[in-house]
Amino acid sequence: MTAAAVLPAKKEHRLTDLGFWAEWAAAVGLVLLVVVFQILNPTFLSSGNIASMLVAAAILVILAVGQTFVVATGGIDLSVASVMTLGAVVFGQAYTMGWGLIGSCLGAVVAGSLAGLANGLIIAKGRITDFIVTLGMLSAASGAALILADGKPVTIVDTFLLKLATGGIGIFGWPVIIAIVIAVAAHGLLFWTRFGTHVLATGGSAEAATATGISTGRVKIAVYTIAGLLAGVGAILLIARVGAAEPASNTSFLLNSVAAVVLGGVSLLGGRATILGPVIGALLLTALTNGLTLLGVSQFYQPLAVGLVVVLAALLTRFQK
Amino acid sequence: MINVDSVSLSFGSVRALVDVSLTINKGEITALVGDNGAGKSTLVRCISGIHRPQSGTISLDGEPLHFKNPEEAREAGIETVHQNLALVEDLTVWQNLFLNRELVHRIGPFAVLDKRGMQRQAKEMVSTLAVNVPAVRNRVRRLSGGQRQAVAICRAASFSSRLVIMDEPTAALGVQETARVEELILRLRDEGHAVLLISHNFAQVMRLSNQVWVMRAGRCVGGRRTEATSGEEIVALITGAKNG
Repeated sequence: MTAAAVLPAKKEHRLTDLGFWAEWAAAVGLVLLVVVFQILNPTFLSSGNIASMLVAAAILVILAVGQTFVVATGGIDLSVASVMTLGAVVFGQAYTMGWGLIGSCLGAVVAGSLAGLANGLIIAKGRITDFIVTLGMLSAASGAALILADGKPVTIVDTFLLKLATGGIGIFGWPVIIAIVIAVAAHGLLFWTRFGTHVLATGGSAEAATATGISTGRVKIAVYTIAGLLAGVGAILLIARVGAAEPASNTSFLLNSVAAVVLGGVSLLGGRATILGPVIGALLLTALTNGLTLLGVSQFYQPLAVGLVVVLAALLTRFQK
Repeated sequence: MINVDSVSLSFGSVRALVDVSLTINKGEITALVGDNGAGKSTLVRCISGIHRPQSGTISLDGEPLHFKNPEEAREAGIETVHQNLALVEDLTVWQNLFLNRELVHRIGPFAVLDKRGMQRQAKEMVSTLAVNVPAVRNRVRRLSGGQRQAVAICRAASFSSRLVIMDEPTAALGVQETARVEELILRLRDEGHAVLLISHNFAQVMRLSNQVWVMRAGRCVGGRRTEATSGEEIVALITGAKNG
């Protein structure tokens, strides 16, 4: 092999390349938002506000990481938020039945994982579209939560959960640290294991993956189980934050988890994903809501703003190569 | 080396393969020709473990094969270069070369990808190609058709494969790229691999192959040594103007 025979990777003129901006839309957007909000309200970057924003973002980050694995295979999990609700209610019931903190946490995580496993099994074995199955699970899980809780919230008073919600290291609350650990582990799983490569291969070309002997069905089952498991973890943080296990629907978490993934430059067609992108996407969405609140903009405008940002990001990703 | 012995397979009322028998030899290029729908692809899918024959046997060096899935066929040394290439465009060249055969280090309970090792080996693998070589860290999406085909062939030829099946390997390529891929196919043969070539291009079949098997309507209607036949005879066998 002569050196001339090797095609050099084409030098990209990065700053003029729309694909580059598309890939980093979330980071660029986050910086812009921070600058704008800081100019409009100098308390935006106070350490207190940063700390509260990070805590507020933690659950969304965790859900978005789960969603990323699913989207990387070319699927979508519409049930993450209601599975989280189900996990929270299972936690509440277990706690009142005297399972203790650890038992209740396990209950939430196991309930979430089982719901995710069910999604995966039906999608992989039943060969039904992801969209339909998880739409069904969205309804089924919130229904199950309502039935289990009999429609009533359960107040949880637990010193450990209180500390979890309020304590931390420096400006990083415990939920933030948990979210960081999960994001780092997810990055390792996606980019440094065979499983991660198979996830990307399944999303990139299921046909090619199958031809090399990868069981795309098993990969699908695994990613939905991961999404469910992380929804269960989110449920624990939600209870710590709210102080109660409510059978309330958390629709905004669903939309925002998909939004964070799209903002993060992950292709909804599958095959291309990062963990950092959706994490930044989740931070951006949280900063947006927080900043608008600080500026005294009516809450009614927040979903509108989120919607605009997401569609803009999706438009940008069309330029991704 | 590979013996296909009276293999039959039906899909419902469609008899895709009827009593097909043929042999594929080591160190030779065996061409499989026939019209569209003659059963070539179905036969290939039986050999590569995607379909299971309903009757008859396929054996490798005298050992009957019973693959449950393509992975088992791969393990036995039967590799297929698919018509649609079967590369994942969003992954890099080295990731594709090692897809589902990734090298890992063990770090405690974790199996961590040995990216550097795979990249190094991938470089060695592609550096043997005659085709102008893609950098192994490029995504396949950026490669030309010929380069992709070269990567696919490279993957099939490595990892001690014994039979490489090629389904229309040059169908989507230009003249120059076709010539280079043909060089690669000849090299596979010279290295001692058995090659099963499916092609609609008679000139290519006559140029490359050592023997030709002809299929028509699910049956194998005849086999010839390439040097003892002509394009006209093969066409006559394919169309049924002449019987094997």
